[in-house]
Amino acid sequence: MTTFTPETAAEVLNIVRWAVGEEMPLEVVGHGSKRGIGRPAQTEHTLDLSGLTGVTLYEPEELVLSAKAGTPLAEIEQLLADNSQQFAFEPMDYGPLLGGTVGRGTVGGALGANLSGPRRIKAGAARDHVLGVHAVSGRGEAFKSGGRVVKNVTGYDLSKGLAGSWGTLAVVTDVTFKVLPAAETEKTLAIVGLDDGEAAAAMADAMGSSAELSGAAHLPVSVGGRFLDGAFSSEARTLLRVEGVGPSVDYRIDLLAGLMRPYGTVEIIEPPLSRTLWQEIRDCKPFADGTSAPVWRVSVAPTVGHKLVDAFRRAAGANAFYDWQGGLIWLRMEADPEAEILRGLIAHFGGGHATLVRAAPSVRSAVPTFQPQPQALAALTQRLKKQFDPRNILNPGRMATS
Amino acid sequence: MSGLLLPKPDAATLAKREEIIADMRIIVPGEGIVEAESGMRAFESDGLTAYRQLPLVVVLPETVAQVSRVLKYCHERNIRVVPRGSGTSLSGGALPLEDAVLLVMSRFNRILEIDLANRAVVAQPGVTNLGITQAVEHEGFYYAPDPSSQIACSIGGNVAENSGGVHCLKYGLTANNILGIQMVLMNGEVIRLGGKHLDSEGYDLLGLMTGSEGLLGVVTEVTVRILKKPETARALLIGFPSSEQAGQCVADIIGAGIIPGGMEMMDRPAIHAAEAFVHAGYPLDVEALLIVELDGPQAEVHHLIERVEAIAHKNGCTTNRISNSDEERLSFWAGRKAAFPAVGRISPDYYCMDGTIPRKELPRVLSGMRELSEKYGLGVANVFHAGDGNLHPLILYDANKPGELERAEAFGADILRLCVNVGGVLTGEHGVGVEKRDLMPEMFSEEDLNQQIRVKCAFDPNHLLNPGKVFPQLHRCAELGRMHIHRGQMPFPDIPRF
Ligand SMILES: Cc1cc2nc3c(=O)[nH]c(=O)nc-3n(C[C@H](O)[C@H](O)[C@H](O)COP(=O)(O)OP(=O)(O)OC[C@H]3O[C@@H](n4cnc5c(N)ncnc54)[C@H](O)[C@@H]3O)c2cc1C
Repeated sequence: MTTFTPETAAEVLNIVRWAVGEEMPLEVVGHGSKRGIGRPAQTEHTLDLSGLTGVTLYEPEELVLSAKAGTPLAEIEQLLADNSQQFAFEPMDYGPLLGGTVGRGTVGGALGANLSGPRRIKAGAARDHVLGVHAVSGRGEAFKSGGRVVKNVTGYDLSKGLAGSWGTLAVVTDVTFKVLPAAETEKTLAIVGLDDGEAAAAMADAMGSSAELSGAAHLPVSVGGRFLDGAFSSEARTLLRVEGVGPSVDYRIDLLAGLMRPYGTVEIIEPPLSRTLWQEIRDCKPFADGTSAPVWRVSVAPTVGHKLVDAFRRAAGANAFYDWQGGLIWLRMEADPEAEILRGLIAHFGGGHATLVRAAPSVRSAVPTFQPQPQALAALTQRLKKQFDPRNILNPGRMATS
Repeated sequence: MSGLLLPKPDAATLAKREEIIADMRIIVPGEGIVEAESGMRAFESDGLTAYRQLPLVVVLPETVAQVSRVLKYCHERNIRVVPRGSGTSLSGGALPLEDAVLLVMSRFNRILEIDLANRAVVAQPGVTNLGITQAVEHEGFYYAPDPSSQIACSIGGNVAENSGGVHCLKYGLTANNILGIQMVLMNGEVIRLGGKHLDSEGYDLLGLMTGSEGLLGVVTEVTVRILKKPETARALLIGFPSSEQAGQCVADIIGAGIIPGGMEMMDRPAIHAAEAFVHAGYPLDVEALLIVELDGPQAEVHHLIERVEAIAHKNGCTTNRISNSDEERLSFWAGRKAAFPAVGRISPDYYCMDGTIPRKELPRVLSGMRELSEKYGLGVANVFHAGDGNLHPLILYDANKPGELERAEAFGADILRLCVNVGGVLTGEHGVGVEKRDLMPEMFSEEDLNQQIRVKCAFDPNHLLNPGKVFPQLHRCAELGRMHIHRGQMPFPDIPRF
């Protein structure tokens, strides 16, 4: 049982080459803050990238930042905030949900897990902001892809290919992201007391308006008590976030208020609270309850989210809330994950995917944590894995779906 | 044609042409086969007209089942296939091969679904980029990526090229605005990636497909994200005595946290050509002209336009006009939008380049370009997606003068090398195709390129789909699959561990 903690990309290359030669699988981790996602590792050795740190390039006016893969995300976000900038994809922090601490996680992990947040519906996920990578494949070869400029179609976009690959294709050693100005201010409009179906209609209306929302979530009564220290405990809230320069935010909030009034009573949530609220939504606060009860992260077409939840609840006990206009569903199970029922319903409602982001290791060994794919797609996925990691050295089995 | 090496035509395939055409007629009955030379001439090149080649046969399928059968047939018989949308590629991506079926997707021209509540449109790949916007604009929606070729280019081609447009600074490229595709692999298998939901369930194959230039699969359906049209848009037309000042103005706008809907720059030769052509009222006494468009809610545009104006003055602009009507805004754009044909009027031929650079390197790259212009004895005009550093130098030449095309190409290659040298890339939005294929080693090492080709091996192990494009050399997959084991002792001594 060895843990390697390289401090340079050259050392990473050496370790992977050794592992390839010996056919010794490696568990690849940054801070290990998302280790609880996916099939549990059964490797003897660990490749720990937390020593590979440092921002190597940051040019605010060029909107670009490069860092070594093990650089703490929190450190980068602080640096960006100091310059009134941000990662617009609003990377979530899985720490609280998975029983870890707040503020852990590396920039390489953000790419590997393709993190995003409520702003996903407007600004995209990590995949939409990555500009380039340096990496070591499971063949023990160093390669790069992309660059440091936004507009680039030179060759295949392997950086996107590594987004959401959970360390199973290559070990990223350096990553370059596009950064963007942080919004000057924000406000949230809340509609009080809607049921899930009404909320879906309201959110679709709001997203289809010119209010340019950067967040649309629905918190049913069953989770309301867990946000903002219980502020929403008695009635559901449907939340619409507007960000930008002051006059624009006020103007759009007014526009929304007019548009949403037919749906119910509206309230305005001001900046400091609004910020905390969306962070709690982002990090799945209501289910960060210190247990290992199964939690699903489900992505479907926004308008069918509530129908899926309704149908699922007829078969299994689960609590739920919605982000992404209703298209992202966080589901906490009372007992078993009921993977087959859930995935059957996803297919029935037009497709999407469910990832079991929290469950006890024994459950994760038995249930496909990632969405199983149709045969032709699964075969293509396998072929791609083989082209990067023919000996199955990197995080073997982590994304296994059978 | 200047010395371009395409894969050697397969004699066995050429010999069986009649048989293949007969079989294609069975798979795609009716009007879907073009085999006569006169008919095939229309397809012999794409937007990069310096290169021409007749295909083996042109096939225009109408259904996904036909695409699947054509590919499976070709896969089983080792016949090459070149996909084509509208043929507007500027890099020769859709250039036919003598021994390849040219699979033209233009009959896939229907919008399949408009889903406003989910802000999605499902379209067949042959629908034009503008066609999508036209299908939803009566409801106040639009599709954001807007290549200048949008009236002609297909959405399938946009996916294959990851196309951009002037609005991509704020709204992203094709890759950021598509939700899903259906595609057919070379072996005939039909797969779906994404849909109306966000993110992929496994590897981001959609991300790999976007910009893959027809080498990985044939796109048969695209689901795009549509957006509500901004309430209003206003533009500033700002002239500067030097490109340095214009460049600094761009940097300051972004430094102030403002991301305009569009931010375009033109240099003196481009300004003069455009003004002579469309009489947009551009100032002729400036070295650089910026068009900055702000879009969004009225309150926001009003607020930001004042801030941009102040930044422009601080940087020493000599002219500064603000549009007061949509008509005036469009007149600011008229010259920029007509820049290519305008340059076409002042020179018998022009060659459009497409490098991207870190913005701050603009003055260095422009002066390097002036030196190269002298060295090669050819003029150059520049239009520039200033916000994201994407340069379009237009090299002026005359194809009828012996050696000028070759000189223009050498000049272009030197410009792209310059872009790479300052930290930029070979192509920002037009693709590698055949045009920049042999320059790939300027940016990538052998190992970098091999890993890209291995992705192709996962999709198309026999290299039948669009070979000769993108990669200077397509190594055989079996060869690339071989492992070179660097056996050694456990790397303990110099690596910290616990
Ligand atoms: C005047 C002019 C202006 C332009 N302006 C811009 C601009 O502003 N921004 C920009 O990004 N580009 C621009 N272009 C380039 C070009 O229009 C784009 O690259 C466009 O996306 C190509 O689309 P197409 O349908 O014409 O594709 P084609 O030229 O037919 O093909 C392009 C590539 O895509 C592949 N392909 C096409 N359809 C499919 C499919 N269904 N499945 C798989 N592969 C496929 C082909 O094999 C080829 O490699 C411009 C071109 C012209 C002529």
